Amino acid sequence: MRAAVLQFPGSNGDYDALMALRSFPEISAQLIWHQESSLDTYDLILLPGGFSYGDYLRSGAIARFSPIMQAVRRAAEEGKWILGICNGFQILCEAGLLPGVLLRNRHLLFCAGEQIVRVETSNTPFTKTISPKSLLRLPIAHGEGCYFASKETLKELLTNDQVLLRYATAQGMTTSEANPNGSLENIAGICNKERNIFGLMPHPERAFEELLGSRDGRKIIESLLASLHGLIQ
Amino acid sequence: MITPDSISQHGLSMEEYEKILSLLGRQPSIEELGVFSVMWSEHCSYKNSRLELKKFPTDGPKVLVKAGEENAGVLDLGDGWAIAFKIESHNHPSALEPFQGAATGVGGIIRDIFTMGARPLFLMNSLRFGSITGNSQRAAENRRLFAGVVAGIGHYGNSIGIPTIGGEIYFDESYHGNPLVNAFSLGVLKQDQIARGAARGVGNLIFYVGAQTGRDGLAGAAFASRELTEESKADRPAVQVGDPFREKLLLEACLELLATGSVVGIQDMGAAGLTCSTAETASRGGTGVDIDLELVPKRSDDLTSYELLLSESQERMLVIVEEGKEASIERIFKKWELPYAFLGRVTGDGKMKVRRGSQVVVDIPAEALTQEAPLYRREAASWKPPAPLDLQTVPLADPLLVLHELLSYPSIACKRWVWSQYDQTVGNGTVVSAGSDAAVFYVREANKFLAATSDCNAIYCSLDPYEGAKIAVAEAARNLACSGALPLGATDNLNFGNPYKPVSFFQLRAAIEGIAEGCRAFDIPVTGGNVSLYNESPLSSIDPTPTVALVGFIQSPEEITLQHFREPGDIIFLLGAIGSELGGSHYLLVSHKRKEGLPPRVDLGHEKAIHDQLRLLVRLGLVRSAHDCAEGGLAVALAESCFGSSRALSEAAELLGATIDLGNEDLRPDVALFNESQSRLLFSISPHTLTQVEEHLIASGLPFTRLGVVTREPKLSIQLKEKKYQWSTGALYQSWSTSLATIMKDQE
Repeated sequence: MRAAVLQFPGSNGDYDALMALRSFPEISAQLIWHQESSLDTYDLILLPGGFSYGDYLRSGAIARFSPIMQAVRRAAEEGKWILGICNGFQILCEAGLLPGVLLRNRHLLFCAGEQIVRVETSNTPFTKTISPKSLLRLPIAHGEGCYFASKETLKELLTNDQVLLRYATAQGMTTSEANPNGSLENIAGICNKERNIFGLMPHPERAFEELLGSRDGRKIIESLLASLHGLIQ
Repeated sequence: MITPDSISQHGLSMEEYEKILSLLGRQPSIEELGVFSVMWSEHCSYKNSRLELKKFPTDGPKVLVKAGEENAGVLDLGDGWAIAFKIESHNHPSALEPFQGAATGVGGIIRDIFTMGARPLFLMNSLRFGSITGNSQRAAENRRLFAGVVAGIGHYGNSIGIPTIGGEIYFDESYHGNPLVNAFSLGVLKQDQIARGAARGVGNLIFYVGAQTGRDGLAGAAFASRELTEESKADRPAVQVGDPFREKLLLEACLELLATGSVVGIQDMGAAGLTCSTAETASRGGTGVDIDLELVPKRSDDLTSYELLLSESQERMLVIVEEGKEASIERIFKKWELPYAFLGRVTGDGKMKVRRGSQVVVDIPAEALTQEAPLYRREAASWKPPAPLDLQTVPLADPLLVLHELLSYPSIACKRWVWSQYDQTVGNGTVVSAGSDAAVFYVREANKFLAATSDCNAIYCSLDPYEGAKIAVAEAARNLACSGALPLGATDNLNFGNPYKPVSFFQLRAAIEGIAEGCRAFDIPVTGGNVSLYNESPLSSIDPTPTVALVGFIQSPEEITLQHFREPGDIIFLLGAIGSELGGSHYLLVSHKRKEGLPPRVDLGHEKAIHDQLRLLVRLGLVRSAHDCAEGGLAVALAESCFGSSRALSEAAELLGATIDLGNEDLRPDVALFNESQSRLLFSISPHTLTQVEEHLIASGLPFTRLGVVTREPKLSIQLKEKKYQWSTGALYQSWSTSLATIMKDQE
């Protein structure tokens, strides 16, 4: 699999994502500067975490105008896989590639630590090999991670099975105590209607080896590899 | 026109002004007076502390760049790799504007690390505030400062993408109105890529890169070298505003610049901005500089030469580039969209020459600003040790309640409210962050494991600065040992009151001697640090706070050790004596509101033998957990060891219990449980290895006690001679884990 990790000024999860992808021998991953205009040769385009342009206006609000975003849009239309992590999720929402918005955390404080998320569906290339209701242990670190969408949008998300991850307790309950930022319905990650764009607030790229406390982030990449295998066959 | 008034407004004495006249052989211009004022301030020149700082051991086989030579010291990490690390204060700015003060403190220390050519890997910070409990106006003010500082640290570190993984926080009335904010950063570099802050090579080009210069932080270095008063609020323009996004670009650009090999020198424009960076690079290079202020990128055109020279606008660097290589350098500035300018050239005349267009505004020998800065040995008060605590005067407080009080006391309580605001995992190197004795980081590029901690019990230092400073080193080393690490080097942040007060100067001198003694005992160099004097609130001086940060090396990931008990049935040992010293203890402070007595003594040779013994057991794979006994003594250490290691936000930690037998000890219950004697640590082992461990301990000749056993039932039970005390671990955990969040609830 060929993967591109986009680099916006202020990205800070770019090297972590590169490192995580490169820990899979079957993936060749590269950094792509935001001024580039082509992403034709990649199967997966990853928008990493960070504070693109300092996030001074609104998270992701400026990065969406970067030249590379035209190429991301084209790749999305062609059905390529797009994975937005944290700030990458915010950029995808700002760019209109995913529905809804990410607001300031309900309690207004930055929120970091280990978080349990429940996988809600296997019906995407990103979660194909993860059983529904299974729990992942992933780091979170964000100030603007409170997912919000209008009633109609939420209804559509639910009808189309677009919610991929929810914040949960160790027992798999999606209670308000388990919700670190006040997200609507404990939503931690969603996909688009076409199911090829996935945005999530947690950091799977920081959970790819035991040393870091969890390997659960690998499962998302393993799903993509299995999906790619399926496509080729 | 220079008048006695303008001289004193610049914080210079008449004696110092006379010296300026003789160095220049003429009257200085007002710009030159400003330049002297900041370069000769304590912050830049260490004029009141430098003679004392020479007492530190700074050499060692692993030292590649010594303390004071550059922005940060550099140590050999092996296999061609090196680390640069340093701690620095931003106390005064944080007192006036906690968010920006703390944020720019973090930004400053990060720049110190990447100007060495190192990629910053992680951050820690050491914080002190006045009391935050209760409904008083004072407490509310301290909560505001605390919340602002934590948010500011988070803002900068989180945004730039460097994890904050450790540190310490204490609350004490002496810091009311003068909080301490000491920020630490560590970075990694290849040994052959150490960058220097020197202007070498006559004719080489001087570039300015980074943020435009504005009026912010005007003469902050001079401001930091004065006492805080009620009028200090008018100094708000002296607090800089940080831009972590700009710094992230600057960081990446500088590391890319240094990799080209075309940069001969690089220097952060931090304290004293353009002035300090040009004077220091010229002085280190044995050269001169000639720059034109007209070319400096400015936020507004009406900035005077004086303002341009003394501004402390953040996120700016001075880069000295080999002549003819400027094109490759400019390409990097442009890629990262950074403002830059060619300001002038390195000269051979040893002068700091600054022009504004055709007019020369500063013409001073660079060495006059650095080497010729005044040096003072201030008057030290005579001192006699405090009277030992008379136990008769201390009524026995109920240990069942005391342990809850101690665990919920903000200095001891769980700091989750703080660290959940810090990104601890960005960078994929954090193995252990806040919540164990030391933070552990995996330096992936070098395949090495490092541990880091910072410590200082300022109560001990206020009662006995020499012994207290020794203990700061001993405790930091103990925290490293409990994490499985061997100390490599130290950096220190000396936070003291006004050195013109003989008591303050005595404290400074004694603490330096204590740190020096401690570092010699552990055979580690001091690689640099920072001195922050004039820490005075309108009421009094702060408790002397010589914070010591140690960095240690862990041989293999199997040797990383945590403080938490692991398995029911594991056997708990105390390595070191049971102890009996209550002077300066948190028990005395929290339960009896007394800050007095002779603080514990430390025998450094014995302390080191204890650490070596623990490390030996760790290396043999025999240790399942290890935890330092510090504030709150054995009982607090036992309770903390029962609390699981969860970093998870939505689940409670797994709780264990312990059954402890101290029935043979003939001590008062409070003395047995809460004394703070030094050189003690807890560790647990698997029952299968008991014989082996006991053989090693007996052979060592060191004092030890087999305390008891880890239990599945979450109860902490301690049998003393006459009575058994028992606590629910769940209730203790509740006291410990919710205290800070409850206190800070209104602040959110």
